[in-house]
Amino acid sequence: MNMEQKHKLKVIGQPVPKIDAGLRVSGKAIYGHDISLPGMLHGAILRAAYPSARFSIDVTEAAKLPGVVGIITANDVDMNHIGYKRDHPVLKKERVNSIRDEIAAVAAETKDIALQALRLIKVEYEPEEGVYDPHEALAAECGAINAQAQGKFGHPNIAEVFRYAHGDLAAEKARSAVVVERRYVLPRVSHACMATSNITAHYEKQTGKLLLYSSTQVPFLYQRDMAHALKMSASDIRVIQPVIGGGFGSKLDMYPFEPICAALSMKTGRPVQILFSREEEFVASPTRQPMEIWLSMGADSDGRFTYREVKVLKDNGAYTSWGATTPFVIMQAFSSLYQVRACAFEATAVYTNNVYAGSFRGYGNPQATFALERSIDLLADALHMDKADIRKLNANQPGDVTGQGLHYATCGHADCLDNVLKASAEAKAAIGPAQGRYRRGIGYASMLHVGGGAKIYRSDGCGTTIKLDPYGYCTVISGSNEIGQGSETVLAMMAAEELGIPINKVKVINTDTDVKPWDVGVHASRTSFVAGNSLLGAIGLLKEKLKAKACELMGVDIQDLNYDEGQIRTANGAQGVALDKVVRELHFTPPHELAVANYFYEPGSSFQDKGFKGNVSGTYAFAAQAIEVEVDTYTGNVAVKNAWVAQDVGKVLNPLLLAGQIQGGFMQGMGYAVSEELQMEKGRVINANFHNYKMLTAVDVPNIYFEAVETHDPQGPYGAKGVGEAPLIPTAAAIANAVCDALGIELCELPIHPERVLRALHGKANTIEPFKEGIAG
Amino acid sequence: MTEHKKEEERIEVRFTLNGQDVDCTIAPMQMLLHLLRDHFLLKGTKPGCEEGECGACTILVNDMPVNACLYLAANAEGKRVWTIEGLGNGQDGLDEVQKQLVAHGAVQCGFCSPGMAMAIKGMQLFQQRTQQVLDRAAIQKWLEGNLCRCTGYVHIVDAAERLLQQNHG
Ligand code: FES
Ligand code: FES
Repeated sequence: MNMEQKHKLKVIGQPVPKIDAGLRVSGKAIYGHDISLPGMLHGAILRAAYPSARFSIDVTEAAKLPGVVGIITANDVDMNHIGYKRDHPVLKKERVNSIRDEIAAVAAETKDIALQALRLIKVEYEPEEGVYDPHEALAAECGAINAQAQGKFGHPNIAEVFRYAHGDLAAEKARSAVVVERRYVLPRVSHACMATSNITAHYEKQTGKLLLYSSTQVPFLYQRDMAHALKMSASDIRVIQPVIGGGFGSKLDMYPFEPICAALSMKTGRPVQILFSREEEFVASPTRQPMEIWLSMGADSDGRFTYREVKVLKDNGAYTSWGATTPFVIMQAFSSLYQVRACAFEATAVYTNNVYAGSFRGYGNPQATFALERSIDLLADALHMDKADIRKLNANQPGDVTGQGLHYATCGHADCLDNVLKASAEAKAAIGPAQGRYRRGIGYASMLHVGGGAKIYRSDGCGTTIKLDPYGYCTVISGSNEIGQGSETVLAMMAAEELGIPINKVKVINTDTDVKPWDVGVHASRTSFVAGNSLLGAIGLLKEKLKAKACELMGVDIQDLNYDEGQIRTANGAQGVALDKVVRELHFTPPHELAVANYFYEPGSSFQDKGFKGNVSGTYAFAAQAIEVEVDTYTGNVAVKNAWVAQDVGKVLNPLLLAGQIQGGFMQGMGYAVSEELQMEKGRVINANFHNYKMLTAVDVPNIYFEAVETHDPQGPYGAKGVGEAPLIPTAAAIANAVCDALGIELCELPIHPERVLRALHGKANTIEPFKEGIAG
Repeated sequence: MTEHKKEEERIEVRFTLNGQDVDCTIAPMQMLLHLLRDHFLLKGTKPGCEEGECGACTILVNDMPVNACLYLAANAEGKRVWTIEGLGNGQDGLDEVQKQLVAHGAVQCGFCSPGMAMAIKGMQLFQQRTQQVLDRAAIQKWLEGNLCRCTGYVHIVDAAERLLQQNHG
């Protein structure tokens, strides 16, 4: 929805700092870790000592420890299983399936006492071998890893299967001049939010109501999940979000520690807080899906893409989270990034005794894009074609309706590519012959992602209540929420723009499910788009209310009015009246109305059909990156030197926050490419700390040259699209392509750490493996 | 469980905290992070890892940045300790370090921000003391111990660079 834009935008498009940045940088913002309630107890969770075992448990000694107020095990609680497939017992009974399995929890007067009590709990295990390789889990003789699995897909260890197809695969294969087949392997990485997982639960026995201070990024879905787990009525649960120290998708699911904390509060009648240690955060919070992608793709002799055949095998871990649904997005990259005539896709999520994966910024897309863009380079090589030309030739175009039914009303794909190709051309030309210790290379990659939500849940909508007070201040009560990405500031800017008031007169209330209207949550790069449109709708209704009163006060005929500098003015500017005065008159003179409006925005996207076809998002975002690396052939070290990043953002709403999203996303993508991996050995996490889990630091940052491509989406607020996930999606692919370009090697696996580079350099590259049959039952 | 636990040993420690003299009785192994957060209720110093790897808990001790999570409170004896709460006592409550961070969009989730601000404050004081000019590469090196998952560091380094240039020029 576009508001009429009669005047030049004054606030939108300006580099406005985050409205609460001052509080955050002063240590005054209140995060979950900073909450302390009267009488609050400290909770701690006992987790499995083996990734696969039967066990018995005895808490008698622990319960005697002075200062312990409550202990729960599976025997003490009556809870439903949780998770997207309801296959996850909150507290495990008699058997554990992964090293993060919760088997008991303690609430005590201090954290130290709670931890001491955990050590006094006696657990006897009968360890079992366990299954850590998804291929093994699929073997005919392998029994069910998760006893709650529904087993709907022919093998008890298959949690989920997605199949998709368009076009005539056989015909397109037949007419392909070149074909490339590869197997790609993508690692498990951690969100590594700087604030660890946390929750404070406060159950009041007197009212039967549960108050949760939770860092969830989907408060209304969370409320329902919590109600299901605890067998309560959802509306008896109030979710308040403190300031959230990082989300990136990690807080899309509800995890066992949350209902456990609630259960401890119910049992003790006191508030209980659980804070993860960093080690616990690495071991017991979700990861990006590790997966194998077999990709066969072809091109005709002109270099046009003919087909893609894809099989994805995802290590689900022991339980199923929303992460199992990442194929929604993965298949989109394969079906619709660049024009392609035929696509056949199959993804299988398999149970293992590894830690379970969740959702992570990009939602499967970085993995898919890595495979796709690596193979595009290989196709170009096979065709002796320039790697830039083959991409330009096949780029998506405005007006395209893809094989999957995505409708690109606007599309900046070709512009993004052009942009980064031109910007990097000089650097490319300056690269000398491949000789000597240090070698340079440049790699390209693009990406496609939903840019206006994704219609997966029953509603992809967002509600807004807007209120003007007698002092001319505005309160925006938005269903959407802020997880650090700056959406709150963007909403405040929109209200300031439309109402002609300074941004410090706009207050955004968005942290309390008892107050705010429905919203599906932060995901799918939807917040600016969906919550923005919702706010603009509410403002439109509010202005209708103000119009009659303002015209009456100015003594003019009813007409459209302008809002500027705290005044409401006639179109010709001849007359004006102060906004606050209009509100007062509206309130205090007949017919006594509130300056309040409510609006619910539901994007015009549609549900996909059974074959996953349909225009699932309100709009689509595109991006391209060109990245220059320098590789040390002695050490295998990859230094990323320059990155040219172009992204179709629709319209720049706030260049400062946008640049922050781009740079932050880019560096997450670069970490995924070169350094990060949560390493597991037989179901145990072996690098659960920042010393061994290699996060990038300030010294690793390359020059990042960013160019926003504006395509002015007719559906977007002021033409804007979602931006949050895109910047990390093509990065690993572009870096891998750059390293391969520099060294003339082939890489099919991440991260590209020095050892991997050296192995590839010395001839131990990936071999071409055919599709393994039967991976998807 | 032993019936009567030995009375835990306690020691006394005095230091200046954000310009005020303080004294308190602590366990010998108490880390400064917990003393600040739990005893003095200064919650601005953040616990990101409590193992010295993330810098979220950065404070200044005698004007040099340290990780409060690995700093024994006992070692603060007689020293000057500054936390984020001690910055920005002017009208708008923001020190010039914080103003630069805000203006450069260097704050997203903000969990790293107090630690970043203190690390940069330490840089500024170091530059003033030594009359050395810290260039961009030196700033990046100085901030190597401060992790940020949100911003990609660019705006943070920009803010520090601007601040140090201003101070110098
Ligand atoms: S909390 Fe002290 S370094 Fe991480
Ligand atoms: S702003 Fe979130 S960790 Fe730095």
